[in-house]
Amino acid sequence: MTGVELNALTKDYPGGVRAVDGLDLAVPDGAFFALLGPSGCGKTTLLRTIAGLETATSGTVRIGDRDVTRLPPGRRDVGMVFQDYALFPHMTVADNIAYPLRIKKEGKTERHAAAAAVAASLGLSDLLERRPAELSGGQQQRVALARAMAARPAVFLLDEPLSNLDARMRLEARTFLKKLQHELGVTTLFVTHDQAEALAMADRIAVMEAGRIRQVGTPAEVFRRPANLFVASFIGSTPMNLVDARVANGLVEAAGARLRPPVRVEDGVPVVYGVRPEYLAYSATPVDAAFHGRVVVVENLGTSSLVTLETEGGVLVHVVVPEDAEPGPGDEGWASPRPGRALLYREGELMTNDVTAAA
Amino acid sequence: MRTALRRIAATTFVSLVLAFFALPMLWLASAPFNANPRIQVSLPSFTLDNFRVLLDDPYALKSLENSVILAAGTAAIVVVFAALAAYALSRVRLPGRDVLLYLLLLLSSIITGTAAMVPIFLLATQLHLVDSHLGVVLVLSGGLLPTAIFLLKDFTDATPASYEEAARVFGASPLQTLRHVVVPVIRPGLAMVGIWTVAQVWGDFLMPFLLLRDPDKAPASVIMYTFYTEGGQPDLALISTFSLLYSVPVVLMYLLVSRRYGFRFHGGIKR
Repeated sequence: MTGVELNALTKDYPGGVRAVDGLDLAVPDGAFFALLGPSGCGKTTLLRTIAGLETATSGTVRIGDRDVTRLPPGRRDVGMVFQDYALFPHMTVADNIAYPLRIKKEGKTERHAAAAAVAASLGLSDLLERRPAELSGGQQQRVALARAMAARPAVFLLDEPLSNLDARMRLEARTFLKKLQHELGVTTLFVTHDQAEALAMADRIAVMEAGRIRQVGTPAEVFRRPANLFVASFIGSTPMNLVDARVANGLVEAAGARLRPPVRVEDGVPVVYGVRPEYLAYSATPVDAAFHGRVVVVENLGTSSLVTLETEGGVLVHVVVPEDAEPGPGDEGWASPRPGRALLYREGELMTNDVTAAA
Repeated sequence: MRTALRRIAATTFVSLVLAFFALPMLWLASAPFNANPRIQVSLPSFTLDNFRVLLDDPYALKSLENSVILAAGTAAIVVVFAALAAYALSRVRLPGRDVLLYLLLLLSSIITGTAAMVPIFLLATQLHLVDSHLGVVLVLSGGLLPTAIFLLKDFTDATPASYEEAARVFGASPLQTLRHVVVPVIRPGLAMVGIWTVAQVWGDFLMPFLLLRDPDKAPASVIMYTFYTEGGQPDLALISTFSLLYSVPVVLMYLLVSRRYGFRFHGGIKR
């Protein structure tokens, strides 16, 4: 079994910057795992610490059943793909792919046969004699993957695997990577700052902020039930509506709307009411338990439109409206949350029934 | 009209300057084949006699050989040590690294300069390095290394650290990383420092003149000063012929290296 397990992992840089802060994380065997966070949150440092390119200040890194915290990168049995791919410019594609085997002192013929086999599985057979400078971005990425695969490591580490590709290639590479990971079944960690990328590719996502993990879960969990306001505002291509609210008479009063709370909650508590624009239903006629306001902006998203309502208190509420039903700017509108999709946050943390009971 | 006049004036001026600097080259090309050369360019009465006389000179060819030994030895030491130092300096954070480098650069001009002549001679005497090629090679290496490190550090700085990290992740040792990845990537820089060193040593007069007593060991740059006639006049026939032989290898080397590397830098990634 080759999962990755981090215990109280801390990485301090000289000068007092704490990039990774007492972090615990268990990556199950065979998972396609995303480390997601804004730039500077320590996700790349974390990946590099797992690879051994950075030494942990304290805590442990376990790969499979080995403690690799003090091992040099070459003895951790990881394959890494760098953000800039780091293909050796003076070597051909074949030599690049065969390089890990050259270090392992395999014979020239064996390692070139192995390289050719890996290259064939990634559709690189015609490019073996080329140099990296003669390849497109997508091809370079596949060569970097092939090089990481050549030594059959226990864990793959991908640093921002898609960020150097143009938008079109990115979608293609996303599908390709997910399929490849599924076929190989090797535990894979990748770093990204793009929440859409993480949601699309990963089986599990760890959302990071300032060197700590704020939530770990499947894409569906992280998207539907963000554990705190940070994750709520970070995940989703259209940002979640997060409206300051009060509880009165068992109802949540948010931006003039009186809404049924999704969890049991006491009166008088200040909370934040969160609901995604996709989970709001727009209506041009008055409905109960809905945000009410005037349409100020309509943004076309293709198959739907993002409508911004300005409520009487000046709070903006975003609603996704399906095509052909778009209101025009200046119209009056109502937006009611879909049952079961609204969330309440108290002091930044998601409220659940058992937590409220405990508190 | 005014612009045309100005252009004519400028072109004339440039032509005159070019002619002024081209004359010595012309002399160098023609004098060795002239039976009776003087310090002026003239159409030679063609002869290869000068080369025969030169080949008979006991020191001439030997001195070129000595030059090659000194230049190759110094280049080898400078390239190897400058590569190691530049790599370390661009990868390891040292407090005061840049100050150190600039200080070395400043002091290095003293080492091979006239100011340190006496101390270097005394030092060489005590180390029994007078009259040995090794002594000259070491002193010249010391003088050239700081500049070489400075030049090479630009190349090592420009090499993305991810190349080396990739090699490390695949298990390469630091020396393997250097050999497989860093050296090939900075090879144009190494070539540049190599020929620069060779050119410097090839033309250096002071150190070999100071440290080599035996004319058998003197390099070409020193031997050239011995070509005088019995009357104490410079022997222009020998000097010009020898000068031609002396400059040909350097020119060839430049052509070769510039064709091989063209001083471009190859990389895989647009950044």
